[in-house]
Amino acid sequence: MLTKRIIPCLDIKNGRTVKGVNFVDLRDAGDPVELAKLYAENGADELVFLDISATEERRKTLIDLVLRVAENVNIPFTVGGGISSVEDVDVLLKSGADKVSVNSSAVKNPQLINDLSAKFGSQCVVVAIDAKQINGQWKVHLVGGKVPTDLNLFEWAKEVEQRGAGEILFTSMDNDGTKDGFANEALAKLSTELNIPIIASGGAGKIAHFTDTFIKGKADAALAASVFHFKEIEINDLKEVLRTNNIPVRL
Amino acid sequence: MEIAIIDYGAGNIQSIKFAFQRIGINPVLTHNSETILKADKVIFPGVGEASSAMKKLKATGLDVLIPTLNQPVLGICLGMQLMCKFSEEGNTNGLGIFDAEVKKFSNKVKVPQIGWNQISALKTDLFDGISENEYMYLVHSFYAPICSETIAISNYELDYSSALQKENFYGTQFHPEKSSSAGQRVLENFLKL
Repeated sequence: MLTKRIIPCLDIKNGRTVKGVNFVDLRDAGDPVELAKLYAENGADELVFLDISATEERRKTLIDLVLRVAENVNIPFTVGGGISSVEDVDVLLKSGADKVSVNSSAVKNPQLINDLSAKFGSQCVVVAIDAKQINGQWKVHLVGGKVPTDLNLFEWAKEVEQRGAGEILFTSMDNDGTKDGFANEALAKLSTELNIPIIASGGAGKIAHFTDTFIKGKADAALAASVFHFKEIEINDLKEVLRTNNIPVRL
Repeated sequence: MEIAIIDYGAGNIQSIKFAFQRIGINPVLTHNSETILKADKVIFPGVGEASSAMKKLKATGLDVLIPTLNQPVLGICLGMQLMCKFSEEGNTNGLGIFDAEVKKFSNKVKVPQIGWNQISALKTDLFDGISENEYMYLVHSFYAPICSETIAISNYELDYSSALQKENFYGTQFHPEKSSSAGQRVLENFLKL
């Protein structure tokens, strides 16, 4: 049976993890590779690396990181952040990334999704969508949720599916950072209306939130950062609870 | 031991190279016929779309070479599907090694299947030391049905072949190079065949 995935997300700046991490047993918690290996050993099903650096050397630094992760980590990983062209994706995949995620660049140039899925296959194209509710309507936002667009979340999600996205990573900006749980109503709607996997993101604070997002939110995978980085939730403990709630997980 | 990973421009072959390096083997990435013929073991990877991958194989003559190989050959993901006789993806004639016609999952399930699924009814030494219902990582929209060459079964919408074997040819739908320690064991087993 296909299992639900648990995905830690690592924010990367200039080749280092950004968000504070609380791993006393790591030699260098700022090294994304060390952290990635630890997550892989502790039951993570996949990893996401989100590059938020803005320097001119960012491209080379990111490629170096992707190579080191692929060398050292034996589970799949996605790379996102600032990817805007077929060439960007080509070099990341050749360096060993399994998937890439595109966000603002896909909104600005939706044809990019078609081009990427035609050249590399849908399976490696994750479209990340950040959205929040404005007057009861879910609107897509850019630049980490700062810039609103006119796009409706559900219409945009359907469009990216038709254009060849293999997966959608939906982050609710209303929930992100609240630790109050995922946006399960919107997630369930996405999961029901679309026929590609949906990754839930934004709002994880406790184990019950993951149970809820898989049952009520019908999510195929759940992504979180700080609850894992600060060891508020251990992935294996989380999976034990999910299993007792009859949610299929890899344990 | 010489391991050749066939490099024909279809897929993430770095990951496979790194997976072998983690078990102390340094494979060669090549599309050179002589190098492939001389290798002790051959890996036939593949990610992407079937008909364009098949075109790339034909352009280099690898479509003729691969079915004639006598050493153990392991097709991975699309590599395994191309070793079948036909794929619905782009109505592609494959290499015809396995007697299976690759089909697309219906829209009753989410397509592609992405994630960790179980493998069962395990046969051959490829799965030596691997428990029934072990989890492996899969990403695919098309599948090979169950046939006489099936050596592992997974279920998504229906039971299908997550591994095939005929003589010296092996294929896995899952990605051993991405399937944690269990996947590594499959690669180690392949090296012992």
